This record gives sequence, C-alpha cells and structure tokens, in this order.
Amino acid sequence: MTIDFIVHDKADNVGVVVVEDVQAGRKLSGWIMETNESLALPALDAVPLGHKIALTDLPKESTILKYGHDVGRTVAEIGAGRHVHTHNLKTKRW
Amino acid sequence: MKKVSFYGYRRENQRVGIRNHVVILPLDDLSNAAAEAVANNIKGTLALPHAYGRLQFGEDLELHFRTLIGTGSNPNVAACIVIGIEPSWTGRVTDGIAATGKPVAGFSIEGNGDISTIASASRKAREFVQWASEKQRELCQIQDLFVSTKCGESDTTSGLASCPTVGNLIDKIDPLGATTCFGETSELTGAEAVCASRAASKEVGDRFWQVFNDYQTVINRYKTNDLSESQPTKGNIAGGLTTIEEKAFGNLQKIGKKTKFIDVLKPAEAPASGPGLYFMDTSSAAAECVTLQAAAGFVVHLFPTGQGNIIGNPIEPVIKLTANPRTARTMTEHIDLDVSGILKREMTIDEAGDQLIDIMIRTCNGRLTCAEALGHREFVMTKLYQSA
Repeated sequence: MTIDFIVHDKADNVGVVVVEDVQAGRKLSGWIMETNESLALPALDAVPLGHKIALTDLPKESTILKYGHDVGRTVAEIGAGRHVHTHNLKTKRW
Repeated sequence: MKKVSFYGYRRENQRVGIRNHVVILPLDDLSNAAAEAVANNIKGTLALPHAYGRLQFGEDLELHFRTLIGTGSNPNVAACIVIGIEPSWTGRVTDGIAATGKPVAGFSIEGNGDISTIASASRKAREFVQWASEKQRELCQIQDLFVSTKCGESDTTSGLASCPTVGNLIDKIDPLGATTCFGETSELTGAEAVCASRAASKEVGDRFWQVFNDYQTVINRYKTNDLSESQPTKGNIAGGLTTIEEKAFGNLQKIGKKTKFIDVLKPAEAPASGPGLYFMDTSSAAAECVTLQAAAGFVVHLFPTGQGNIIGNPIEPVIKLTANPRTARTMTEHIDLDVSGILKREMTIDEAGDQLIDIMIRTCNGRLTCAEALGHREFVMTKLYQSA
C-alpha cells in the first residue's frame, strides 16, 4: 500500500507527507515508523512533499512533538489534517 | 558485520588517504594568483585559493594556520607547495605540513615577484607530481579510515531517512574501529540535551555543553530575528522544515542510535583520542564545515541532502545521498546514493546503511563522487571575527 505520510514516533502530533500530490480532501494513509503501525487521515489542505500535517486538533500555543520531542509552539489553532508550517508553527529558541 | 577493507595510499606518517593530490596552497589571499598559475602550469596539481590570511590575530589566526597546515597534512594529499606573500608565515605552514614527513616546499613572493615565484614553484610542483604519480594503493582496513559527516539543504526526508542511513553506517563501523566526526554546533539547537547524553563521559559532555553555549552566545549577540531563512535556510523551509528544533533532531540522526562521541574537537583540530566518534565545533554552513573536517584529517565525507545541496571539497570526496524522491529524480547528477525507497517501505534503513557502506568503500577505492566529477571544490576557511 502506498504511504502518503510518515510519523517518526508514536507520541508525535504531526506527520510528514512523502508523496508529491496531496490535495485537500484526499484520504491519506500513514505509517508510524517507531511502532510500525498504520493510520488514516483526510487532508484538509494541499500539503507539499516533505511538509507536515497535523494528526490531531491543536489549540494555539500548544507544543508540536516530532521525534517524540518538542520542536516548537503553535501560533494559531490547527485542525487535524491541516498543513503545519511557518504560518502556524514557530521556534521556542532564538 | 563482516570485515571492511579498501585500497588506499599509506603516507609517511602511516595515515591512509584515498586520493593522491598534489596541492598548491596559498598562505593568503594575495598568493592566490601565483598558486593558480602554478596549478595551470603543472597538470595534475590542485590550487586551493581562499579569501583570508592577512592581519588575522588571536584564536582566529590560530584557526587559519590550523586549517592550512591540516589541509596540507591530510592523507589525501601526497605532496604540497605553499606560496605566501612573505617567508615567515609561509615557513610556519610548510614546517607544520613537513611534520607529517610528506614532501612540502614553500615559496614567498616579496623580493621575487609573482613570475619568478611561479617559475620556481612550478619546477618543484613538476617534481612532486611525477613522484606522486608513482604511488600505489595498498590494502587497508577500516581502522585506517577517517569518515566525516554533515548534512545540507535538509528537509524532512533527511530526518526520516537519509540522516538515519548515515547513522546506521556509523553504528556499524564504530565497533570496527573507524574514526568518525560530526559537527554543526548551532544546528543542534533544540536537540542539544539529547546530543549531550550521547557523550561517552561526563567530562566530554561538559565540554560539549561549553562549546554549545558559547555558540549560542555568538548567535544571541548578532541575531536580528529568530534566524528563520538563515537557520533553517530558505531551502530547508521550502522542504517542509519549520523550526531549528525540528531541523536539529533530523540532523542528530546522523550519529546513529548507539554510538557515543569520545571527544570534542576545536574547529580543524585533528582527533587524538584514538578510534571512535568525535564532535567538532563547526559552523553548519556546508563548505565551512567540510573544509574544517578535511583539515582535521578526515578523508571521506558522507553528506545527506534533502532539497539538493551540491557541495564538494577539493581534497575530501563528498558522497551525497538523498531520500527525497523529487531531488533524486531532478538532480540525478549530484546524488551518489538514492535512499528514497525507505519512504515507500521498499528499503529498510539497515539495507540503506549497507548500500552506503558499499558506495563509501567504492569511493575509497577510487570511484569519483558526483561532486568530484562535476568539479565541486568548495574550499571555505572559517573566520571567527574581524581582522585587526
């Protein structure tokens, strides 16, 4: 089965799209590398190859977890299936 | 894991190179023209022009000398000509390189002029290149191999697959006695505690923290924003990386899952604690970092890329791998190993690690990397602060 997005760690709240043509409304199949589990998620935005997709609804000022670790804070509310990037996620450093 | 051997050039100091360069090394910016003229006169030699060497002082000057001496001393260099504007600092570099036992000769321009200097240096370079051309490769073991790594124009596929492929290789060759190196101090920001936990002892971990905190001080002193578009770069962001923390965790995948680092090196400092993984304090800019690692004596470099950084180094072959299927398709001539199959579950990271070992050994045996074939020779000195 084609993998559309990959999640590093079971604890992560974002996945990475690994195909080139994800449009809003497409049903995506995902793979959690750590546990070798599968999951399904409908995309609500177009998400380019390599970009992140929210796995759950994330309120503003929540912590994004990737590799099971803190990689920044949300600066807007993000719904499950939405594109996560510089417009709604910022560093906690610098 | 089975024995890993390769054919290399054993130098006078017993260190092993995988290339056989005769380098024409300028001491300073003023000597580039003469160095390039010599390299043009004598085929099979390689000039390494650069931008610095005048009025530097203190730690920055020490780094300048360490980088030049280390570059000439690298086992991938069979012999070296040094050209400088005046004899004293030129002699400091030639003496430093001569300590390896390899042939080296220095020439200075003041009182002679370019043309006569070029003539004298060309005569010596002709002698060196013919001598070097008769050197033969011999069977060497992995304990003789010094491998560095650094990633560039990373994207999320780097952290998912190409950096873990390098990590898998490190975890496999570390127990066999290889000497390896990672760096990129600022690019560990966010993952620094995880990195520190990989130090082999508390003392090494403390030295890592010192180096890391010093670099943060530099960034905080000069920054005008959150560094977005610099670190992460525009290319990183285009590839889906959003924050430095996210980039850092991907970067750190290169040191594998279990290998500990046994020492912390200054920029361009040669490892002196025996086989194992070393952390070097470096910039995260690709050419600066690889130039420092080459100057520390590393002979082959593993470079995962996401969006397609095209860097090479004049003396240390740079092997490029990518897991980004679009980069593998659109930048074929730059990619030595395509591991995008990992993302399709067609290949495991373990299999990719074995493939990387294979291409690394073939490169050590003489196969040209994509960057070598394309003529990428980015030699970029790190400068710590303004000149006097």
